[in-house]
Amino acid sequence: MTTATPAGAATETRTPVLQARRLVKTFGRVVGLDGVSLELYPGEVLAVIGDNGAGKSTLIKCLTGAYVPDEGELFLDGQPVHFKRPQDARAAGIETVYQNLAVSPALDVASNLFLGREVRKKGILGSVFRVVDQKGMRKQAREQLTSLGISTLQDVTVPVENLSGGQRQAVAVARAAAFGSKVVVLDEPTAALGVRESNQVLELVKRLRDQGIPVILISHNMPHVFEVADRIHIQRLGKRAATITPESHSMTDAVAIMTGASQG
Amino acid sequence: MSQHTTEPAPAAPAQPTSGPPTSALDLAEEFLDRSTPLSRIRNVLHRYPAISPAIVLVIAVIVFGLLNDRFLNPANLSLITQQVAVVGTLAVAQTLVILTAGIDLSVGAAMVLSSMVIAQTSVNQGIPAVLALLLGLVVGLAAGALNGVLVTRLKLPPFIVTLGTLSIFVALTLLYSGGATVRGGEMPELLTWTGSTFDIGGVNFTVGVLLMLLLYVAIALILSKTAWGRHVYAVGDDPEAARLAGISVSRVLMSVYLAAGAILALAAWIQIGRTNAASPNAGAELNLDSITAVVIGGTSLFGGRGTVWGTLLGALIVGVFRNGLSLAGLDVLWQTFAVGVLIIVAVSVDQWIRKVRK
Repeated sequence: MTTATPAGAATETRTPVLQARRLVKTFGRVVGLDGVSLELYPGEVLAVIGDNGAGKSTLIKCLTGAYVPDEGELFLDGQPVHFKRPQDARAAGIETVYQNLAVSPALDVASNLFLGREVRKKGILGSVFRVVDQKGMRKQAREQLTSLGISTLQDVTVPVENLSGGQRQAVAVARAAAFGSKVVVLDEPTAALGVRESNQVLELVKRLRDQGIPVILISHNMPHVFEVADRIHIQRLGKRAATITPESHSMTDAVAIMTGASQG
Repeated sequence: MSQHTTEPAPAAPAQPTSGPPTSALDLAEEFLDRSTPLSRIRNVLHRYPAISPAIVLVIAVIVFGLLNDRFLNPANLSLITQQVAVVGTLAVAQTLVILTAGIDLSVGAAMVLSSMVIAQTSVNQGIPAVLALLLGLVVGLAAGALNGVLVTRLKLPPFIVTLGTLSIFVALTLLYSGGATVRGGEMPELLTWTGSTFDIGGVNFTVGVLLMLLLYVAIALILSKTAWGRHVYAVGDDPEAARLAGISVSRVLMSVYLAAGAILALAAWIQIGRTNAASPNAGAELNLDSITAVVIGGTSLFGGRGTVWGTLLGALIVGVFRNGLSLAGLDVLWQTFAVGVLIIVAVSVDQWIRKVRK
């Protein structure tokens, strides 16, 4: 109760990159979101945690256009936005990496990075015959991966299915960060990964932040959350229970708020 | 994979500069990536799915060549290509559909309907040959559009849709033609032109075979070089991932069924030239034979993996087996038996290949 707003109070002079105000989403008689607000500020990693059924996924889906909230408002860079489809959110600069990764296993790394927005060749080959600029896309893909420090992935012609789980995740994250995106949303990026691969992904998250791209990270994994997050939004029973920081609260505190043992 | 590691995980490889990837972590990954020779073979086959049918075709040609002197005779090889032309063309349409994880049981029936429309409008209604061919194309596109609409709008499984349209097309063909065959002799020359032959280095080719090969080149280029081609693979691979990447899945599916319709109309023309007739009862086996060629060619029935070149090899394998076994003097039924074995082996190999790094 005490920390719910004060934690964010110091930063409230800045305009949030992404802001949700009192979102409500119901499914029949089940209330998924019960007036949830969320602010994401420039250059920060905001973790969203909560127990199963607390409304994490629903919240994220409302932010990324997969669901249309029944009530409430969304602001991107201070401007009100309405997303009817995931493509709308994407066009506005909100890139999401879904839990199931959403990569095409048989296509190579470069093709996956550019899937759905292929670069065409110049001239008649590109405009009339819609031939893609394979060379150019591969070059750009390499540059993008290098800038994110993903050194194990320099061969962009490898089919994604030949990669390890962590590398696939890296491809998905690199794609999300590739196209001038304003916000990157990562849904349980380490859930399916081993210790070593999780660490690589967490490094990647930090690097995104260092490049100035704010990140929303949904995770069950407290150590991971506390390692990378600047602030932590705790979801409970369809509401925001608190927003805390790793400095102000311990993992035990966070879990207590999450489960309702503490009011925060 | 993580069980192999006993040491505490080191910090992630902080290599913002593009130096050589030689950290301990990278080496460990390299090591874990390549475990046994068998899985390495599997990886190669996985990446180039046309390799296994190519090997099968080469071995089959050698074995049948050794069994019978006449097999490698230019005239016999020419005959095989002609026997393969129609099913090989239809199999291109089938490949596109199967790449999207669909299947088209109606492609042969629609082709027969198209060929009857071409022949009848030309011979009975006296419509110019070019227009008759265009009408055949319209029939093919309409058939493809029907399948496409049912798959994308009603969201029915392609298997059920095309099982239904198979019956519909067969019935329409018989209703329209009255069961009568149109002979090639009655048709304008253009319609049977696909059956005319020319000579390359002592081997006779038909125009139909040439058209089929041109189609393969065109579709292979489109699939590998255009955005549309990538989207076809992506949709078959994982439709949800494709949708999230901003691809309109139903538009891609619709375009695939329309392309299949156009291709089957070309097959209809080639069929008229090949048999020098348009018969409503021809081609009942072509629906399944086109699937056989695709599957033997290494294209996965689960979608997203395969090439048209594999399909061409698959069609040739079936042609070579049928021809070779009949030259070896075996009963026709053994050809059918052999094709059955080939299908099962091909699908087993595909299953095995797909187990890569799960």
